[in-house]
Amino acid sequence: MAKRTGKYFVLFLAIASFLFLLSCAGKDAKPELTVVEEEIVIEEEPVVIEDMEALEEEESLLERRLREEEFAAAAREAELRDRFINEDIHFEFDKSTLLVDAMEILKQKAEWLSTHEDVNITIEGNCDERGTSEYNLALGERRAESAKAFLIDLGISGNRISTVSYGEERPLDLGHDEAAWSANRRDHFAID
Amino acid sequence: MEGNNRLNKKILLLLSVVCVLTSGLVTVPADARVYIDINSPYLRKVPTAIPDLQDLGLDRKHPALTKELADLMRDTIGFTGFFKLLDPDSYLGDPRKAGLTRDLIKFKDWTSIGAELLINGGISCKDGIIKTELRLFDTFGRRLIIGKRYTGRVDDRRKIIRRFCDEVIRHLIGAKGFFSTQIAFVSTTTGNKEIYLADFDGHNPRQFTNTKNITLSPAWSPDGRWLAYTAYRKERPDIYIKDIKQKQPGKVIAFKGLNTTPAWHPQKSLLSVTLSKDGNPEIYLLTGSGKIVKRLTDNWGIDTSPTWSPDGKQFAFVSNRAGTPQIYVKDIDKKRVRRLTYEGNYNTTPKWSPGGDYIAYSGLANGRFDIFVIGLNGEGPYQLTRYSGDNESPTWAPDGTAIAFSSTREGPARIYVMNSNGADQRRIIALPGEQTCPRWSPRLW
Repeated sequence: MAKRTGKYFVLFLAIASFLFLLSCAGKDAKPELTVVEEEIVIEEEPVVIEDMEALEEEESLLERRLREEEFAAAAREAELRDRFINEDIHFEFDKSTLLVDAMEILKQKAEWLSTHEDVNITIEGNCDERGTSEYNLALGERRAESAKAFLIDLGISGNRISTVSYGEERPLDLGHDEAAWSANRRDHFAID
Repeated sequence: MEGNNRLNKKILLLLSVVCVLTSGLVTVPADARVYIDINSPYLRKVPTAIPDLQDLGLDRKHPALTKELADLMRDTIGFTGFFKLLDPDSYLGDPRKAGLTRDLIKFKDWTSIGAELLINGGISCKDGIIKTELRLFDTFGRRLIIGKRYTGRVDDRRKIIRRFCDEVIRHLIGAKGFFSTQIAFVSTTTGNKEIYLADFDGHNPRQFTNTKNITLSPAWSPDGRWLAYTAYRKERPDIYIKDIKQKQPGKVIAFKGLNTTPAWHPQKSLLSVTLSKDGNPEIYLLTGSGKIVKRLTDNWGIDTSPTWSPDGKQFAFVSNRAGTPQIYVKDIDKKRVRRLTYEGNYNTTPKWSPGGDYIAYSGLANGRFDIFVIGLNGEGPYQLTRYSGDNESPTWAPDGTAIAFSSTREGPARIYVMNSNGADQRRIIALPGEQTCPRWSPRLW
């Protein structure tokens, strides 16, 4: 039953296509409708199917491209998010003022935050091991607050930004040299 | 803690000074001389002899108490740095057979080897109870300075010796010793920073907090009953106030931002802390239950690490208002602020001396942190540590004669102690991990 319906359907499609083709080529074509009706069943079918395949191929190409674009967009989105999280800003010894590099990074972060309005963040202020833990807790807080103030200046709502200081208690680099110290004098950005 | 508390009660019941052996010597007599002037810049160590105690009837279980208690007394008395303990091999005659009382002592045997002070005593032990009689003599003056008899459990012998040593110090320098005190400190033994407690000499270290996170800045209340500290129990620096016996529920101070550096007011039940709830680390005065009384500093820079003057009228603190962390002093009533330190560009963790005249702090000098003392009158600063790793977080003994601090001189940070003039630096605490941030308790008896 299904086979038969399919056959009729193919036939119908074939006629419709033929008519369509015919109408497109209307200028040169001669009206020989009665003859055509019998012939097309076999001859026109492959042509039509070929077209279908081409169409399908084209569609899947489009789809794939769309999908790829989606993937690319998602990947880029993830990359931007990762970058937001992973890119720390750094400070000079015993300072909480923002360096030029830090401001550039914060501008990118502000851009990302402005397109992700549902995201709240915590800025974690950190210090190197030199100095006393008590003072470094205060310094870490200042570092976090510096970045927060800058983001607010760039139009990000302060309600979305928390700060916490870890002072010298959570070093990223456990070394005891300038390379380790400068890596540890940082604000880290966490998504709540 | 629980067990220790039980112990405390028992010793209070059992340990009693039965009598003062000679009348008229309960207080320092009018003609008493000051044997040790702790304010002298050139402290001379007083040659002192402490022979083993005499056996006045020890049961078989405790035959070594005569030597053990004398050793304990030598360590305890020697800890102050005021005494030069003479080598027992130099003692003349057989001190075990010598008389214990003034009439029977051959003072010449002691003066001839240079001993200016003599501490002797005897001990008996029966059924786990010890009875000791202990005396301190001025050998050249041929005088009994104090004599005490103590009864207590054999397990409390350390406490008995410490009580007697406290009396010795009180009679020699005019102020009670610190042998009843404890030191709170931070240790990473468990892998996290937790607060620990130990006796003043590092004996009996034990874990006090179990926050399993960062725990910092222990601070004793003036009565020694409460300990305030900063902990990241909820991933944020809040201040917890805990009963030292851990019987009553604690209190939490958890304003937005920093809640750090608790420092108890010396008289009232108030504490000053650093809060950043208004966006910048500032010092506030809080009630013991955490309500804000008033804001004590108001400046664009960092203000932190308050420490009170003994009269509670002023406090010192750290501020970077001039660009680098320096120590400032503020008068509560006059609201006047003055800068105290000018040398160096990194001076932090001030601690006001119990006598009120000095502030100890940690300063960066030649790339290393060292302990300094500066007079409130501008005298100094005096550098007390040098060429020995990083030295941080000074804390005064309650009589002002000693300072404990942390140092990396032997690698990992450990707790050390020195006389307040910098002499006799020695390690008192070495546990697995690192030990930092010592805080000396007030006298606990």
